Amino acid sequence: MPIVSLKEVAKSYRKGRETIDVLEGIDLDIEEGDFLALMGPSGSGKTTLLNLIGGLDSPTMGSVVVGGQTLGELSGKALARWRSRNIGFVFQFYNLLPVLNAQRNVELPLLLTNLSGAQRRKNAETALTIVGLGDRASHKPGELSGGQQQRVAIARAIVADPALLVCDEPTGDLDRETAEEILDLLSILNREHGKTVVMVTHDPKAADHASHILHLDKGQLVRQAA
Amino acid sequence: MNALGLVWSNLGRKQVRTVLTLLSLLVAFVLFTYLRAVAVAFSSGGFGEAGIDRLVVSPKYSIIDPLPINHQQRIATVPGVGAVTHADWFGGMYQEPRNFFPKFPVDPDGYFGLYSELVISPEQLAAFRNTRTGAVASAGLAERYGWSIGDRIPIEGDIYPKRDGSRLWEFDLVGIYRGQPDDPDPGVFLFQYDYFDEARQFGHGSVGWFIVRVKDPERAPEIASEIDGLFENSINATRTATEDDSQREFAKQFGNIGLITTGILGAVFFTILLLTANTMAQALRERIPELAVLKTFGFTDGTVGSLVLVEAILLCVAGGALGIGLALGTQGAMSVYLEPVIGPINITLPIVAQGLALAAGLGVIVGSVPALTARRLTIVDALRERQA
Repeated sequence: MPIVSLKEVAKSYRKGRETIDVLEGIDLDIEEGDFLALMGPSGSGKTTLLNLIGGLDSPTMGSVVVGGQTLGELSGKALARWRSRNIGFVFQFYNLLPVLNAQRNVELPLLLTNLSGAQRRKNAETALTIVGLGDRASHKPGELSGGQQQRVAIARAIVADPALLVCDEPTGDLDRETAEEILDLLSILNREHGKTVVMVTHDPKAADHASHILHLDKGQLVRQAA
Repeated sequence: MNALGLVWSNLGRKQVRTVLTLLSLLVAFVLFTYLRAVAVAFSSGGFGEAGIDRLVVSPKYSIIDPLPINHQQRIATVPGVGAVTHADWFGGMYQEPRNFFPKFPVDPDGYFGLYSELVISPEQLAAFRNTRTGAVASAGLAERYGWSIGDRIPIEGDIYPKRDGSRLWEFDLVGIYRGQPDDPDPGVFLFQYDYFDEARQFGHGSVGWFIVRVKDPERAPEIASEIDGLFENSINATRTATEDDSQREFAKQFGNIGLITTGILGAVFFTILLLTANTMAQALRERIPELAVLKTFGFTDGTVGSLVLVEAILLCVAGGALGIGLALGTQGAMSVYLEPVIGPINITLPIVAQGLALAAGLGVIVGSVPALTARRLTIVDALRERQA
């Protein structure tokens, strides 16, 4: 059974009187444990598709099922709760809270759980160790390099142990060498920790780390490569 | 870390801005605390239980109108009146204008007989009675100006010159009296009425007001009406009230203190409201992507809105608490200057509670719009804004 299943998904936005179709007729299954790269030119709908998979947005038509849950059936509050348990997000610009140190940034998603403070700290330390930043727990984002900040963001994404990681241009703001380190880390999380990874990228070299690559153009899936 | 820790951390994001906002709130709440205490001091008589059996007979139309001293004999004839004495407002200045304290010419025995809560030794009272230029000061006044018995106290009479045209009145300090242990210092300088009346250039045979002790406090309103009835058709009509009410009436001569303080506070808090609301709006604009990220983790719209609201309340309550704390800390020092003019300044628990409630209310007002904006924020739009 696929971990992600999209059937006849379409998404359009209204801009004034104009309706803009961003995605049309998307049918997509992503198997558990897959590492999928979504590629395509700007405006092709990659991020929109990622947002639908992550439960950040809802389709205009069709259904999105993730981990057996049809997202359209959930209320806003239930969807938020579902995201906290099932999805880890990694963004291009890290989006760490600058006032919190690395350990506290990683701990943030756990504030929604019933874990004790001590357990939350322990889990955050473990996540930071997995991404190789166990010794930088007390550093604030401003004291870390771009690659280190992205590692903290990845630690934050995995701290609640979600099955699915959705990554929007995770290397888009990094140099080649650092980008490779981040991609290697995502590969490790995929292979050794069993995380399903869906990654949007412009970069063919980044996409090479994925087990599957999907191309989007003008809102439609145009080619699927293994 | 918990949710409150997250809110607290956010306040430290722009430390200069937070400190400046806290300082402006601090100043506003120091002002609030003192002005409320002043308003309360003006609105309360300040005599409490001690003055329950006392009435004050004042001129009906203005405190500057004199009353003839022979009213005293007629007042004494009213059934239910136990004792009557008189006092007057001398004004005057000791050394320099800022040394302000009330100075009353009185009948020594009559005055201390009516104000039985004032404590003076029999020897000193006798000396006061028998010394024409004699005067007694409260212990607080004597301490403030370093007076001791035997000192000659020069007062420049700004209302009353002497017969010879000179304005220098000299009094011999023959006694020092005290209030009850828990009461504030009375702060009044008393001297012989007979000497004053004989030596002044004008106004002979007149007094400022009478103080009446009634035998039964429950009959005080009735007796007050009877006293005023005695002089109803005279050119020296009176208005008689309990001592507390009389103090309030006196305070009203300065204007509607409650309205004045409310007006000042209204202007101050309106400014603070705009300033703090702007700070919160600015803080929100800077954090839109972060708030969106919190929502991606599963923070609900309501939780994110609440975090912003709590942050505004925390900021305002912290500023308010600092201001109220500073006012409490400086209360003793400020009392030295304020007490002689308006009586004891007391920052009471209700004033502190009002201040904290006002601070929390201010937080709710300034935080509501940002909280609502944060609540309505859609993740996709906010993140798109970050990437643009």
